[in-house]
Amino acid sequence: MNLFDIIGPVMVGPSSSHTAGAVKIGYVARRLLGENVVSADIGLYGSFLATGKGHGTDAALVAGILGMKMDDDNIPNSLKIAKEKGIKVRFGKADIKDAHPNSVEIKLVGENGRQLSIVGESVGGSLINIAKIDGLDANFSGDFPTLIVHNQDQPGHVAEVTGMLAEKSVNIATMQLYRANRGGNAVMVIECDQEVPEKYLEWLKNLDGVNKVTYYSLIEEGENEF
Amino acid sequence: MSFKKLSEITAISEDRKIPFWQVILEDDMKERGVTREESMKTMGSMLDTITEADAKYDASICSASGMAGGDGGKIEAFRMKGNSLIDGFILEVIEKAVKMGESNACMKRIVAMPTAGSCGVIPAVLLTYIKHKNVERERIIEALYVAGGIGEVIATSASISGAEGGCQAEIGSAGAMAAGALAYLEGGGNEEIVHAAALTLKNMLGLTCDPVAGLVEVPCIKRNAAGAVNAVVYSQMAMAGVRSAIEPDEVIESMNRIGRLLPSCLKETGQEGLAITKSAEKITERLSMSWQ
Repeated sequence: MNLFDIIGPVMVGPSSSHTAGAVKIGYVARRLLGENVVSADIGLYGSFLATGKGHGTDAALVAGILGMKMDDDNIPNSLKIAKEKGIKVRFGKADIKDAHPNSVEIKLVGENGRQLSIVGESVGGSLINIAKIDGLDANFSGDFPTLIVHNQDQPGHVAEVTGMLAEKSVNIATMQLYRANRGGNAVMVIECDQEVPEKYLEWLKNLDGVNKVTYYSLIEEGENEF
Repeated sequence: MSFKKLSEITAISEDRKIPFWQVILEDDMKERGVTREESMKTMGSMLDTITEADAKYDASICSASGMAGGDGGKIEAFRMKGNSLIDGFILEVIEKAVKMGESNACMKRIVAMPTAGSCGVIPAVLLTYIKHKNVERERIIEALYVAGGIGEVIATSASISGAEGGCQAEIGSAGAMAAGALAYLEGGGNEEIVHAAALTLKNMLGLTCDPVAGLVEVPCIKRNAAGAVNAVVYSQMAMAGVRSAIEPDEVIESMNRIGRLLPSCLKETGQEGLAITKSAEKITERLSMSWQ
């Protein structure tokens, strides 16, 4: 928490958790998909389902999926904008269990056919947690450049990834490891203080035993990467 | 953010002979690795956003639930008639607090200070002050650092979340922050700032968070007026030399303990208090029918 979490953030109301946090979840989902959305299947859970309508949670999530941030004046018009753009948006109840009370499951399809599903949680203030990506544990805040590596649970993968980060002077802010079972599917979620260069992501994707690499960058699309 | 107590801020302020607000500014520079100019520019943009939000208030719109909207316009019309018991500063503070709360409920852009639900308290006090007093923009920005410092201490050592600590943690904290800021603007030093904050918070202890249908509308919007008026009242008492008999940091500790003791049915769960009254049930039923 810093000073401008107290005097701030600038946001469209009415609720930092149900509106601002929801915009951010939609935004992170859109960025993780990496292309314009053609359809969004949104499942609400818990308090999002119960009071979301009155908090504009539906409009907020779609605003984020359209690429808006939490202070965008157009958030209340997002459902109309999505319709005009021909984006199919469907709302329902999320088919998830034992989730955080403010949870949403978003399934996106992009213009080039890419697909992504996430479970996002709005954990208080405008802070969020991306709990799952494509059914696998993730748990990151969207406040840092984040590297998510799905790999086989074998010795050496953590060293390979962290060694690569060290070589490029990328400092690790937080790091989490999960595995389904010994020797099975594992995932490491690394929040970084600096951006990870694109070519290292490509290198990582081609490593033996690495199943999938997902990267969330704070650099806006269309901006130059340095 | 490194302060757990108001006394830590005032100790640095006294040691180094710099004002309260500057301690907070320098802490922000260190914390986020920004220059003085960058920090002050960000704070200035917060002032611009609340100024714009107040100016853009629209009395003709209402929230998605239909519960909120138009009251700020009614208070403004009443003030314009000029025969209220509380004409002048206080009535305008009330008007601006309600307007901002309504704008928030109607999905307008606001600044969460410290939360969206309590977003009207500090702007109501500061924007009314700007209108009534000949004050430089710089000083208002400094006052926002004072408010931010008080808010940081409360957030760190107690809570600013209604779900965690009840409404005392939202409107109570906002009131304390606004009171400190106002004491500073009125020429108060550390002593006046922390006692204005303590007196305000002390008098809002125990406030429950039991909003109707779980929405940031009833009673949240009108409670912004209470927080803002309390800030004016107790900052004036502090300027008169009145002091809190309980040490300011102990008031914050008390707020924390009371927040923990409040049952969860009164902390943003909609299970008790105003949220389960007959009136609230009628509203909730109407909303759930229209939204299914």
